Amino acid sequence: MLLFQALILRPLLTAMIALRALRRNKLRSTLTALGIIIGVASVVAMVAVGNGAQARIESQVSALGQNLLMVFAGNRRSGGVNSGGGSASVLTLADAAALAREIPDVAAASPEVTTTVQAIANGRNWSTTVAGESEDYLKIRDWKLAGGSMFTEREIRGSAKVAVIGSKTAHELFGPLNPIGQTVRLKNIPFVIIGLLASKGAGMGGQDQDDRIIVPFTTAMKRLTGEKYIRLISLQVVSADRMAAAQQQIVSLLRQRHRIPPEHGDDFSILNQKEIADTVGSISGIITMMLGSIAGMSLVVGGIGIMNIMLVSVTERTREIGIRVAIGAQGSDILLQFLIESITLSLLGGLLGVLLGVGISKGISLFADFTPVVSTGSVLLAFGVSFAIGVFFGFYPARKAAALDPIDALRYE
Amino acid sequence: MSINPNHPQAPPLAQIPVIRLESAAKVYRTGDVEVHAVRHVDLEVQRGEFVAVMGASGSGKSTLMNIVGCLDKPTGGRYLLDGVNVADLSRRHLARLRNHKLGFVFQSFNLLARTTALENVELPMFYSKPLISLRTQRRRAKEALERVGLGDRLGHRPSQLSGGQQQRIAIARAIVNQPELLLADEPTGNLDTRTSIEIMGFFQELNDAGITIVMVTHELDIASYCKRIVVMRDGEVISDTINPDRRLAATERATLDHAEKQAKLA
Ligand SMILES: Nc1ncnc2c1ncn2[C@@H]1O[C@H](COP(=O)(O)OP(=O)(O)OP(=O)(O)O)[C@@H](O)[C@H]1O
Ligand SMILES: [Mg+2]
Repeated sequence: MLLFQALILRPLLTAMIALRALRRNKLRSTLTALGIIIGVASVVAMVAVGNGAQARIESQVSALGQNLLMVFAGNRRSGGVNSGGGSASVLTLADAAALAREIPDVAAASPEVTTTVQAIANGRNWSTTVAGESEDYLKIRDWKLAGGSMFTEREIRGSAKVAVIGSKTAHELFGPLNPIGQTVRLKNIPFVIIGLLASKGAGMGGQDQDDRIIVPFTTAMKRLTGEKYIRLISLQVVSADRMAAAQQQIVSLLRQRHRIPPEHGDDFSILNQKEIADTVGSISGIITMMLGSIAGMSLVVGGIGIMNIMLVSVTERTREIGIRVAIGAQGSDILLQFLIESITLSLLGGLLGVLLGVGISKGISLFADFTPVVSTGSVLLAFGVSFAIGVFFGFYPARKAAALDPIDALRYE
Repeated sequence: MSINPNHPQAPPLAQIPVIRLESAAKVYRTGDVEVHAVRHVDLEVQRGEFVAVMGASGSGKSTLMNIVGCLDKPTGGRYLLDGVNVADLSRRHLARLRNHKLGFVFQSFNLLARTTALENVELPMFYSKPLISLRTQRRRAKEALERVGLGDRLGHRPSQLSGGQQQRIAIARAIVNQPELLLADEPTGNLDTRTSIEIMGFFQELNDAGITIVMVTHELDIASYCKRIVVMRDGEVISDTINPDRRLAATERATLDHAEKQAKLA
């Protein structure tokens, strides 16, 4: 019973004394806490914004597909300068076929050609991107169909005039009508729409991925682009941990096929989804940290505000301290009282700050195209930091109070 | 702090004076001016004594009480409380002494403003070690306040009370922790005759129960309830006598009651 009193009740009662002292100066306490409130709120909101942006970018990266490797013609790393001795940097269908055939870690491959055409259907006219792909493309890009079906390998071999249409394009051309079974004319060639893509939203570069038409790459090359070369090859690797190995095998196979001497650089470049994800993740992590630490500075400023007010409070209440010491309070009792007061002030500020921070995050989500994510970690951290600020910035004033001489304190006017 | 009574050199506890001042002095320095508030005072107070300290205003009574109450330290001489030189004690130790052994009624009350009478009286027990349960604290504070006639003012704050009522809260606070030595600086300064007599009666009861009391007063009337009268002038003790015809508050009150009854009848 008395142990309970010593460990819990007495600090609690001391806290009540502190609370009463804070209530007595409502305006002043509020203004003091405001420093912490703003500090904590901005930490919570900034970290939430950072996390939200990070989550959004990461979801865009993972929306690229699963275990995706993209092989582009030309060496992007060397800034577009052609390193091979004049030979054109190109990828061919044979390259794509060789990658799919000879590298066991490659589960699926899709050569890609793209062009922009006027699509005409239903008496309407819409300029859109047409991509020639293989039957595995949707699987590689982890893309679902909202209706109909994807074209088959047979249709690719037969250069069938079939198309799978993006939701945006479908909407522009057909409005609320079901596009499946309809005909769309691309460069005046009629294609039968056999599938409708599920909506995927904006891609990494901000382009609308839903505004496109996918056709067999054979048909696209023959009928629409007339080119022999392909822009890129999308590859799906069997598993995430085989990504690096697969990439290495692809490099050596393509170098061999393109007969690149060892001293020359690659004439192609490979985008590794995992690498992108990691890079994006670490960059946005750094940004989140930076936002958080800038906000953290305002917490320190808030702490200094608390220290200032606590010093004023100790001076103002010198007589009270004198009375308490005169009737037997220990220095440690006085220290605890003022420490609890500053901690209460900062924790209260922390609590209101968290609420405000969550509110700000909710507000941001109303007009930003991503949702800030308030993490439990940042809330706990903000609380922990405001507690620490209360202790740190309250200690000096509290010690000053505890060191007062009773008779001097009693005489203080 | 406590002296081992079995030690061969140690005199028996009863013979050790509660208060022993050996040419104690207090000099205040304000700029170039030196004020000798107390000059080599030699004074011994034994257990169970009831001493009145008298003297003109500014004669150093409060200064002396502050030293005896372990609130201030003498600038010269020594002060031994129960045979222990107070100068050797730590802050911590002194705080404990003030809390347990001493009860102090301040001339200016020194109550916590914005705190109720009850909480003011509970305060010394709040800082007591070993701890006192909250219920006991409340009960004892109530009893103490009832004892000084303020049982109906528990929830009032000092600013809502008269000077005399505040003074009685200060008294209740001083005795609530059952001190061995009660030091009171003009405890009846703001009280009417009847209440003064009641307080003196209370003090006499405490004294009969074994509590040593030293109190400052201006009034000979009040001093006459004490067993011994010390008179100060200019920081020195100029007389120290046993009170030959000590008044008893119980008798006085009966007389007073009687007189009042007569007055009413007339
Ligand atoms: N803190 C101080 N600094 C300087 N001088 C002081 C201080 N406190 C008291 N004095 C002086 O010491 C002398 C004694 O003061 P003290 O308060 O002990 O008088 P007192 O006998 O209690 O008077 P009273 O009956 O009016 O309460 C006075 O001359 C006073 O001016
Ligand atoms: Mg005085």
